[in-house]
Amino acid sequence: MAKVSMTVNGQNVTRDVEPRTLLVEFLRQHLDLTGTHVGCDTSQCGACVVHLDGRSVKACTMLAVQCEGAKVMTIEGLAQNGELHPMQAAFREHHGLQCGFCTPGMIMSAIDLVQHNPSPSEDEIRHWLEGNLCRCTGYHNIVKAIKAGAASMGG
Amino acid sequence: MYAFEFHRPSSVADAIAALKAASDGKLMAGGQTLIPTLKQRLAQPSDVIDLGGIKELHGIRQDGNSLVIGAMAKHGEVAGSDLVKSVIPGLHELAGLIGDPQVRNRGTIGGSLANSDPAADYPAAVLALNATIKTDRRSIAADDYFTGLFQTALADDELITAISFPRPEACGYAKFRNPASRYAIVGVMVARTGGGVRVAVTGAGPCAFRLPDFERALAGSFSADALAGLSVSPSGLNSDMHASAEYRAHLVRVMAQRAVKAVR
Ligand SMILES: Cc1cc2nc3c(=O)[nH]c(=O)nc-3n(C[C@H](O)[C@H](O)[C@H](O)COP(=O)(O)OP(=O)(O)OC[C@H]3O[C@@H](n4cnc5c(N)ncnc54)[C@H](O)[C@@H]3O)c2cc1C
Ligand code: FES
Ligand code: FES
Repeated sequence: MAKVSMTVNGQNVTRDVEPRTLLVEFLRQHLDLTGTHVGCDTSQCGACVVHLDGRSVKACTMLAVQCEGAKVMTIEGLAQNGELHPMQAAFREHHGLQCGFCTPGMIMSAIDLVQHNPSPSEDEIRHWLEGNLCRCTGYHNIVKAIKAGAASMGG
Repeated sequence: MYAFEFHRPSSVADAIAALKAASDGKLMAGGQTLIPTLKQRLAQPSDVIDLGGIKELHGIRQDGNSLVIGAMAKHGEVAGSDLVKSVIPGLHELAGLIGDPQVRNRGTIGGSLANSDPAADYPAAVLALNATIKTDRRSIAADDYFTGLFQTALADDELITAISFPRPEACGYAKFRNPASRYAIVGVMVARTGGGVRVAVTGAGPCAFRLPDFERALAGSFSADALAGLSVSPSGLNSDMHASAEYRAHLVRVMAQRAVKAVR
């Protein structure tokens, strides 16, 4: 066992874990934060995307112990005082989801994009989503939602 | 994934010591290759030594006429660096074509080169730009570094610390990528350097390699047309469900011509 401490959605957490515990397992099974999904478990689909120190990463391709001292943000950490984050609200408003399985990863990925490129073009959004797969929507409304989300985030 | 002991050293010396002390230790950079490998139980190291806490392996700086990129520099850092963009724009562009944003936020140049995947992008740049691989004990010239399929000149317990890229006069990269994985089916970098024209290919063979006849043709006339009459033998090239050896051989010339047109 190894002891690991990190900040998850603003709260300090310390747990004893096996070194082979994936970050996504740590979030879902140790912290009961099941908003982060596992689609492929092979680093392809992006359903597991979370923020590590402000950048989007695939939580299925990281060990929890690699996050020692880091700040992790998951989909559960976005809403403030019962208000959806503007990107979440935009996905709802623009029907950026059908089954919703890919959505937490899409939203975390989109927020990383907008934090570094406040008003991305449609082309930039589509390129950015290379690591996020959706089986339902055909992407059009996801792209629309991200454009709108970027605008309401102040871009 | 099999169980292992985990170490997070804060210096290169401590990392090497941990590696030497382990019965079957493995270094870990961003884990973008290693973690999938461990998940598939294709490796069973006794100890994993995380390089993430070693400050001296991070950072990108200019040293005289060279760009020195720390082994732990992530692809996203290289693709986002104004320094890289101004000194070697072709390298900046190449880094932005690797994988997807999340892979680029974790994957490192040192990990990519230590792994020497036949379809990885950086090997083409290292060879074409005549870079030097700096390790904990020596410097390895690009021409001596890639030795075969997932094989390099590195010793089992050797650690890459940085890669030094001499500034070329100009260079360009063209990649025909697998639309699913985004790895290179064929990638070619063409560079005009102080030591002449260099053309390096990734994706097509067991490891990155140079094309001397393409280099001679471009030394005579640096234009895409100068390559029009050349061809590459499919013998020894990779053949898989994505592309036959013959198709890859064809793509090498097409990508080399596109790379010449992309030279900046
Ligand atoms: C979905 C996906 C798509 C990808 N697409 C591309 C692509 O298009 N092009 C491309 O080039 N790559 C691609 N990659 C690979 C990516 O570029 C990684 O950088 C690469 O796999 C190496 O990963 P890493 O840096 O995290 O190293 P790790 O996975 O941590 O390590 C890889 C190997 O290198 C060794 N190692 C790591 N650092 C050092 C060091 N400093 N010294 C000595 N040995 C070391 C490790 O022991 C291990 O054997 C992709 C990966 C994924 C998951
Ligand atoms: S579950 Fe992590 S990328 Fe698919
Ligand atoms: S909404 Fe179903 S996978 Fe994207």
